[in-house]
Amino acid sequence: MNQVPDQQGRFGKFGGRYVPETLMNALIELEEAYQHYSKDPDFIAEVRYLLNKYSGRPTSLYYAERLTKHLGGAKIYLKREDLNHTGAHKINNTIGQGVLAKRMGKTKIIAETGAGQHGVASATVAALLGMECKVFMGEEDTKRQQLNVFRMNLLGAEVVPVTSGTRTLKDACNETLRYWVSHVDDTYYILGSVTGPHPYPMMVRDFQRIIGDETREQIVEAEGKLPDYVVAAVGGGSNAIGIFYPFVGDESVRLLGVEAAGRGVETLEHAATMTKGKHGVFQGSLSYVLQDEYGQVQPAHSISAGLDYPGIGPEHAYLKDTGRAEYVPITDAEALEALQLLSRTEGIIPALESAHAVAQTMKLAPTLSSDKVVVISLSGRGDKDVESIMHYLGGEPGESH
Amino acid sequence: MLNPLCIISEVNPVNRIDQVFGELRASGSTALIPFITMGDPDIRTSVDIIKTLVQAGADMIELGVPYSDPLADGPVIQRASERALRHQISIVDCIQVAEDARNAGADVPFILFTYYNPVLQLGLDRFFELITSKGISGLIIPDLPIEEDEEMRGLAEQAGIHLIPLVAPTSHDRVKRIAAKARGFVYCVSSLGVTGVRSDFHAGIEEFLQSVREAASVPIAVGFGISSREQVQRFEGQADGVIVGSAIVRKIEEVLPLLADPGRREEGLQHIHDYVSALKG
Repeated sequence: MNQVPDQQGRFGKFGGRYVPETLMNALIELEEAYQHYSKDPDFIAEVRYLLNKYSGRPTSLYYAERLTKHLGGAKIYLKREDLNHTGAHKINNTIGQGVLAKRMGKTKIIAETGAGQHGVASATVAALLGMECKVFMGEEDTKRQQLNVFRMNLLGAEVVPVTSGTRTLKDACNETLRYWVSHVDDTYYILGSVTGPHPYPMMVRDFQRIIGDETREQIVEAEGKLPDYVVAAVGGGSNAIGIFYPFVGDESVRLLGVEAAGRGVETLEHAATMTKGKHGVFQGSLSYVLQDEYGQVQPAHSISAGLDYPGIGPEHAYLKDTGRAEYVPITDAEALEALQLLSRTEGIIPALESAHAVAQTMKLAPTLSSDKVVVISLSGRGDKDVESIMHYLGGEPGESH
Repeated sequence: MLNPLCIISEVNPVNRIDQVFGELRASGSTALIPFITMGDPDIRTSVDIIKTLVQAGADMIELGVPYSDPLADGPVIQRASERALRHQISIVDCIQVAEDARNAGADVPFILFTYYNPVLQLGLDRFFELITSKGISGLIIPDLPIEEDEEMRGLAEQAGIHLIPLVAPTSHDRVKRIAAKARGFVYCVSSLGVTGVRSDFHAGIEEFLQSVREAASVPIAVGFGISSREQVQRFEGQADGVIVGSAIVRKIEEVLPLLADPGRREEGLQHIHDYVSALKG
């Protein structure tokens, strides 16, 4: 595979910078700063220090023995990103970009959030680095995720409810970009996924690749070889690209991205961008997009707010179209079942997002022999989802044993 | 050496945008360029509004294609887009409006304002076929900066349609490169941020406009946030055209109940007429 992206931020034909002219110099400034600092030993050391001492890296690569036995096939390992500070892989990126923002002399940061995970991770880093923070969140999501709104407030961030469009993540992204257009001078935008205009897809990948770099080292230590499969959930695709990227050159390692099929890819309520989407320009880059025949972006649906997004990062589009990675859909119901299985076999309640990767592994592992190795990116923990899972399963508190 | 532009003008008649700016320059006046969102509230009304704008003194008109994710637009145009999209207005319908309005007597240049994705989905070849046959003279694509517009620019040149670029107060050293490739006019963004009415413009607006003027061989027009006769006047000396978008779209929003009432429709259109003719002065 070629080194991607190129200088224009292209992964093959995907990526680029489809943004209003007002933002172009800000993006160029960001790219130059990133190119500079990503080679600066002091910057690298500071980010590494915070990842290790503050977030608790490296995260463990855990052999899920009971899940393996239960499924009866390949050996399953979990890359425990859920053990990070704030409970998900999102902090890898916000630490990197937060330190970068500070080096660039910015005093304010802004971020978009869906369920609130990236918002919480951004608010956390803003508190840590002593910066002002505004988080844009769809009004619908602020209602569904009141606890995360409160969490961000506790951390000193202002949560701005977004009332335009679908009032969810997609429109929170639009609104953050609009705000940034008006405040480019002193404000840094911490984008939360490998989406958006160049250099974000590249930069966020670079900050997230630590997941895959650690996994590679850990699996070789544990198994003496590379894994046969790496499985990760994809919404925008940051945890997936993070764990995939260091394996892209290893042809023997199959990369499996799992997207949200919601109520089913045959319905209108899904977020299966790769399965049902087409090439298109959305929020700053060319990639796959859920859209109608005239290019209007369609609302997405998933039980998991982190996957509830009609776009996907351009590098994933590139990996798909070059055949290097495969993308498969998992429904809400399958994810819920996987969440319960992992909870009961391993004592780990995964985030609904990560449960999609577990669900795909439930299908995959039994078809493989016991000398095969599957690594799941367990991107986040399920604490944030417990209340909504309770509603979905129709349970009441105190009802269970 | 032959100037490639000369070759094009032999194939294509003179672009109407150039013609209008030429006439205005001769008479020492500034172009008033209103923007409206197509299909807000419906296509037939858009045609009537365009006629009204021309009667009120519009020199050319920006036809906005409603889009689900209008990144460069503020709340007023976002709402207009949502209203239009409620009845599935497509980019094809919007382009058809140009022909319908021309047939109804609106004899001004039309500039299609659209985000890039609807164009991409239609396919660039089909898009240019359509806009050429329906009488569109210019294109503004707010999310297609010069780094991404090569293919589009080539096709526009071939078709004799002007691809009108935006420059912003944050463009700095990019102004020269953008202005050098501009056709029709350069759209100067008056202030940072999205479209929408505002009382103040970017602090260095005069110097900014001057820098664009020096770099451009085509006329310059200023837009974003202009809503009053005073503001129009302020820019008359500094720009060849003034674009008014959100303020007119907001006026349309105000008179929606009138436009929806067959008995009071003319009254609604009259309000829009009066507002625009007051801008023109």
